[in-house]
Amino acid sequence: MVVVTVLGADKPGIVAGITEVLARHNVNIVDIAQTVVRGIFSMIMVVDLSTGDVGLKDLREELVSKGRELGVEVAVNHIDVFKAMQRV
Amino acid sequence: MTKIFAPEEIGEVIEMLVFQDLDIRAVTLGLNLQGCASPDTGSLIECVERVVGEYASKLSDVVDLIAGKYGVRIVTKRVAVTPASILLEPIARRSLDEALPTALTLAKTLDRVARDNGIDYVGGFAAFVHKGFTSGDEVVMNAIPKALASTTTLSAMINVASTMTGINSDAVLMASEKILETSKATPKGLGCARLVIMGNAPEDNPFMPGAYHGLGEPELTVNVAVSGPGVIEAAIRKAGPNADLRTLHDIIKRTAFKITRLGELIGKEVAKELGATFGIVDLSPAPSPKVGDSVATALEALGLEIAGAPGTVAALYLLIDAVKKGGAMATSSIGGLSGAFIPVSEDWGMSRAAEAGAITIDRLEAMMTVCNTGVDMVAIPGDTPKEIIAGIILDVMAAAIALDKALGVRLIPVPGAKPGDKVELGGLLGTTVVINVPKHSPRKFVTRGGLIPPPTNRLSKG
Repeated sequence: MVVVTVLGADKPGIVAGITEVLARHNVNIVDIAQTVVRGIFSMIMVVDLSTGDVGLKDLREELVSKGRELGVEVAVNHIDVFKAMQRV
Repeated sequence: MTKIFAPEEIGEVIEMLVFQDLDIRAVTLGLNLQGCASPDTGSLIECVERVVGEYASKLSDVVDLIAGKYGVRIVTKRVAVTPASILLEPIARRSLDEALPTALTLAKTLDRVARDNGIDYVGGFAAFVHKGFTSGDEVVMNAIPKALASTTTLSAMINVASTMTGINSDAVLMASEKILETSKATPKGLGCARLVIMGNAPEDNPFMPGAYHGLGEPELTVNVAVSGPGVIEAAIRKAGPNADLRTLHDIIKRTAFKITRLGELIGKEVAKELGATFGIVDLSPAPSPKVGDSVATALEALGLEIAGAPGTVAALYLLIDAVKKGGAMATSSIGGLSGAFIPVSEDWGMSRAAEAGAITIDRLEAMMTVCNTGVDMVAIPGDTPKEIIAGIILDVMAAAIALDKALGVRLIPVPGAKPGDKVELGGLLGTTVVINVPKHSPRKFVTRGGLIPPPTNRLSKG
């Protein structure tokens, strides 16, 4: 399980662009939410790589490069980072 | 389905990692080299090259793998080895003259193997002389200036005091000479950034230049240092001007918990992948010269006009106490220095405060009573007499044994520089101002020689 976070100025096509990469690799979205961090557009997804055909490192590279095309910042982190930091 | 994490929880972590410079400052691999000690120079060097080479290369790969897996920056990779004094002992016992070139070859070998494998610093060029000198200790101390001048990653440490034994003032005076010799042997005195004089040096310290692989450690161990002053400052500022001190303590404590947990996660994973024992997380928030990653500005966020102002010791105490309590809740693998670092040149807020005259050696000495730094990364005029340096070291060591804590002195006498001059040290070492040192001489005191006995605290230890 991996957390994908997208931050940047809002514009059409961000969700489509990012989810297209996930769909192409058959990566399942387990949870998705939009919120505002520091007053800018943000999308947070928890995705499951077990159904997909891509490793975390390659997925990060593809998503970051897609993010660059879309003018948004993409972070891809293993879910254990959030478990460690947000749960006692 | 129920949400695994609230978006705010994920947003907070991402904000820390992306905007507040939260990262793993150092993954330090402790490596036992006692098996390499030999009366034969060739065998010693061959063994060190082989063992350090094997693990340095593995460490580099594993750190990259784990940083990639978790999406967390790991800023530096380090190796800490068995103190060089122990490795050199069999040769030094035979002949000090013969051992000196071996010590330099050892230093260069460690440095080359580190650089070849992408390791940022290699620590353990160390001598433990808090009660007296062995032949190996003498060789290491004499080799330090040339060793630092002919390497870029080698880190040296001299432990001159301990609560159990007191302070070795002969070692303090000799260490002061070595600081000045190192300053003259390296451009801008920069080699001194890789030389610390310590009291009560911990065996599992992940921070350079004090890191070494202690005698109580296992064969192979991973110790981790986290960054995080930026995260703490952001949390303090978010609480606003009306938050009272206990509320701020609680906020810092909760933040420290999260930072420490990240360190523990990464440290455990690196250790697992390397087949090493996971050692400790050093709780200290480590600053960097980057704007927004400063312990000094975290103190200023608490309400000080500038770090060093009256109230600074109390603010630092509050911050460190909260960091320790939050960190202790986060992990049972605590160790290293676990205080707060306020290295003057490496913390841009400290450096700016030194330039404004708010941070002086006196203020640093006051601050060291509540943290684990001492007088760290302080540029001083290159013509400072060795007796003055020895006096500063003795003061810090007295605090180290009286308060039973680890403290260090890292002074950089900058050749030709006068108080007020700016010095660019480069990279993580930062830019800093040359600080004025007291003029009054302690010469007669520091040259008497002998041991300052341990405190009564020693007696309570049995």
